[in-house]
Amino acid sequence: MTGTAYEVYKSAVSDSDETSIMDAVARRTSGPVNIAQFGDFAGTCIHAVNGVELVADADGIAYWPATETLLVADLHFEKGSSFARRGQLLPPYDTGITLQRLAAVLARWQPRRVVALGDSFHDSQAAMRLSTEDRETLLSLMHGRDWVWITGNHDPAPPAGLGGEGLSEMREGGLILRHEPQVDPEAGEIAGHLHPCATVVRRGKAVRRSCFAVSRHRMILPSFGAYTGGLDVFHPAFDGLFDGRTFHALMRGEGQVYRISGKDLR
Amino acid sequence: MYRRVGFNDRKDTSMKVETISDLQLNEAGNLLPPPFVDWFDEKGWQPRPHQIALMEVARRGESALLIAPTGAGKTLAGFLPALTALSKRPKRKPGEAHRGTFGLYISPLKALATDVKRNVEAPIAEMNLPISVETRTGDTPQNRRQRQKLKPPDLLMTTPEQLALLLAMPDAERFFADLQFVIFDELHSLVTNKRGHLLSLGLARLWKLRPDLQTIGLSATVSNPLELQQWLVPQNRGDLRTDNAARLVQVVGGAKPNITILDSKERLPWSGHSGRHAAHEVYDLIKEHRTSLLFVNTRSQAEFLFQYLWQINDDNLPIALHHGSLEVAQRRKVEAAMSENRLRAVVATSTLDLGIDWGDVDLVVHLGAPKGASRLAQRIGRSNHRMDEPSKAILVPANRFEVLECKAALDANYLGDQDTPALRSGALDVLCQHILGMTVAAPFQEDDLYSEIISAAPYAELDWDTFERCIQFVATGGYALKAYERYAKIRRTEDGTWRLTHPRFAQQYRMNSGTIYEIPALRIRLVKQGRKNGKLPAIRGGRVLGSLDEYFLAKLEPGDTFLFSGEIVRLEGFIDNEAIVTRTFDENPKVPMYGGSKFPLSTYLAQHVRRMISDPKLWNALPFQVSDWLRIQAQRSVIPKPHEVLVETFPRANKHYLITYSFEGQLAHQTLAMLMTKRLERAGAKPTGFVATDYVVAIWGLEDMGAMIANGSLNLDDLYDEDMLGDDLEVWLADSMMLKRTFRQCALIAGLIEKNQPGKSKSGRQMTQSSDLIYDVLREYEPDHILMQATREDAATGLLDVRRVGDLLARAKGNIIHQHLDRLSPMAVPIMLEKGIERVNGGASESLLADSAENLIAEAMDVQSG
Repeated sequence: MTGTAYEVYKSAVSDSDETSIMDAVARRTSGPVNIAQFGDFAGTCIHAVNGVELVADADGIAYWPATETLLVADLHFEKGSSFARRGQLLPPYDTGITLQRLAAVLARWQPRRVVALGDSFHDSQAAMRLSTEDRETLLSLMHGRDWVWITGNHDPAPPAGLGGEGLSEMREGGLILRHEPQVDPEAGEIAGHLHPCATVVRRGKAVRRSCFAVSRHRMILPSFGAYTGGLDVFHPAFDGLFDGRTFHALMRGEGQVYRISGKDLR
Repeated sequence: MYRRVGFNDRKDTSMKVETISDLQLNEAGNLLPPPFVDWFDEKGWQPRPHQIALMEVARRGESALLIAPTGAGKTLAGFLPALTALSKRPKRKPGEAHRGTFGLYISPLKALATDVKRNVEAPIAEMNLPISVETRTGDTPQNRRQRQKLKPPDLLMTTPEQLALLLAMPDAERFFADLQFVIFDELHSLVTNKRGHLLSLGLARLWKLRPDLQTIGLSATVSNPLELQQWLVPQNRGDLRTDNAARLVQVVGGAKPNITILDSKERLPWSGHSGRHAAHEVYDLIKEHRTSLLFVNTRSQAEFLFQYLWQINDDNLPIALHHGSLEVAQRRKVEAAMSENRLRAVVATSTLDLGIDWGDVDLVVHLGAPKGASRLAQRIGRSNHRMDEPSKAILVPANRFEVLECKAALDANYLGDQDTPALRSGALDVLCQHILGMTVAAPFQEDDLYSEIISAAPYAELDWDTFERCIQFVATGGYALKAYERYAKIRRTEDGTWRLTHPRFAQQYRMNSGTIYEIPALRIRLVKQGRKNGKLPAIRGGRVLGSLDEYFLAKLEPGDTFLFSGEIVRLEGFIDNEAIVTRTFDENPKVPMYGGSKFPLSTYLAQHVRRMISDPKLWNALPFQVSDWLRIQAQRSVIPKPHEVLVETFPRANKHYLITYSFEGQLAHQTLAMLMTKRLERAGAKPTGFVATDYVVAIWGLEDMGAMIANGSLNLDDLYDEDMLGDDLEVWLADSMMLKRTFRQCALIAGLIEKNQPGKSKSGRQMTQSSDLIYDVLREYEPDHILMQATREDAATGLLDVRRVGDLLARAKGNIIHQHLDRLSPMAVPIMLEKGIERVNGGASESLLADSAENLIAEAMDVQSG
């Protein structure tokens, strides 16, 4: 069939293909983007929101160097068991995986403080359902640093018995950290909630990845939890958050963030 | 205008019934009650031998498989035992309880169930028999379903999905208390997939409820009837040294179909599948006949053929289009017009394959190769639904390889050979769904359910351990990490039975049962107003044309044009679950192809094609254009023998090609190409791409693979070694999109992911996303999980066709002949062109492509300079 080549090729897209596609699109759109090509900053992308420089990490977190703070959104701990309660018995490994990934980025950035931008727990009883092992891992990650639980729609109250500070939002150094992005915010909003992802199409191939959706005024972080899917940046839920297509998607590749203009997304 | 090669044999119109020798047929009169004898007399008919044979089998309390060609009175034969028995049953006295259903009829299609109900009601009415007949399908309104439960009809026409739901009712036992016969129509098509697995499990439950139940299977010709005979009876009863099998009643003979291959006067295309070259000739055929059915293999072929025909339809003949992506209402309109004989032709895909009676069809045209001999026979059966008259069919090959394939299919049909695939063992995801369903019906003991399940032929070899793992999956997900004990859906109670823990899981089962899940699709909505200032208008309205595979649409950009529902439309953008399109007046769609059902070349036809190519004596039966092509191939390269695998290498346009002529079908070839590419990468050949068709795999790269083979740095035996199916396969499978799709289906069927929850349905995209995430987690943390096992078993025969890759590699061992050429060979031309069609951008590049095609062919076929 004539479709064979096409189908096959699409299904054969390997990581290196994806990388080259995103590379091509990224290079075409903007000049030097990856200004930090050394040390810990390799593969990251520095983006300024309201004049505050943030480092977007390919593993899906943002680092705020000026305050040595690591920002992570939508951890959705215990999403698996939350579904299991309702009869969908998803593999019970999501919290462990999410913690493992979180441990890796904490080891890389050694932040003085962590701010979890809401929906850290999938439901209000999720913290109670943590297995002993996962609970201990989480406590060890929190140990020795400040920890802020911003509340979200899934976890309207901070988790009981885990420590850390619970806040509904936080203002500091020109930034506003909250869970749900507002349509008409003050400049400097950093939020999660929407699980942004974006698609680029090149040479007949489509690559879809989770991303940071950013403008000069705001940043929406990708979701970090193992069972969190993505929502396309052109979904109506994003309406009014950006001025037309004048935003960028910082798309997550393998160990590399690609800065791609909203105009070049599908 | 055209000349037909083929045969036209009208001599043998008699029917013979093969029955087992100890089956002495009674006189018809002894078996048929008086009203039936009179009815046959009034009609001026004789009961046919196979109808009597079936009555006799039924009288002995046995089950039967009836194999007969279309038009042999198969349906009536199937119903006669139940009808005659019912006619003799004493009337229900007033005050007596309603009796349960006596005869159950199961069909693969809703429409067929409705159709057969009409056909059975006619004799019932004419004989004035007190027999009630009803259908129960997905379309049956809720109030009628309720009434059916209280007052079951004597005969119930239904589908496999509905049977599963009926069996999961708490009062199933009462509903089926009087069941005596189950009739399976089109059994050959029911048993080949997961629907068949689910149905076999349902049948096993019926056997448990009614141990003396008799089954009657109606089937077209199949290669191995014994498999179907076994399917029809419990496998774990009686003497284990002999086969437990239903009686076989086979009708042989009948009018042989008149099949020909269109010997086109036009130039035969080297490649492609559109059949454009033959549009005028097909149009003339339509004009010469009353009603024509034009079968194609894919939806896009249907669109193209429909488009071409209307471009030349100067007489404005009513020609319609029918394929699975079109809106249901649109399809129903076409079907209605067809049965009222208001159409002259319908272009159709496999959606019209199965037994519905379509009025006065006097010609079947098959565009493209039929891919399997049995499928061809089935489709040809659509014309002239009377057994004593030959059906008439014309095959129209769309390219040169297809000429070979059509010829092979034609020979096969002539010889009566069949190539239905062997049945695979029952899928585990289906078993998991069934276990939940059976718990919904009533609490069960593990031992009881196990012996019930292994009575079903597909699960006859299920081991206890796997069965237990399936129960654990249903209960708590079956994970090594026992985290979900407290959320168990079913639980073993103190009396040793497994019970549902909450009634909502019964609802969950009812909303998600079944085995048919569409690939994620988006609705196509046609609007008047396209983009304005880069934005889609907020208010849309407009008509839904149908739906299309999301994987195809994901590759399009706004502004791209493609053929759909018989017109060229332009993609404007996506909103929610819809692709918004507008009408365009472009002559040529920019994107030529979208997916749809594809059948790989059957193993059987592939063998025929290989033999035909290998033997120059057989070439005379082929059109000159094709035989000439093979002759030049013999001069420029070699013609492989049937057991050999030809491998050619040659340079072209700064690339180096390696072509494998393996004829194992497109799915197996895709898998093979993926695996070979990995090997070539390791060998340093720097492969950069590949394309796979039903016949050939072409791989190209930057290094001269021919030279590498010559100097020993690339070893062909290693390249095609069977160990490819070990580690390489594992590594590739890890990331394979195909495997993720397969997993998604297993997860849906097994109930790990729900498609429907009370009040909401998940979109295809949401489900794909979540199933991909789950797949990644399971692959890393629990690769031996029961669903991963189910997925791998599917992959072996399904989208990856690993089994055929294995067959091919075994065949290739020691039988590879390599030709290192300085330029491409004639046999390589089709695949070289295949690549070019991948994406055609507008008119300019089309002519560019045509140019290069001319060059290619000249280069390959020019013997003098070679």
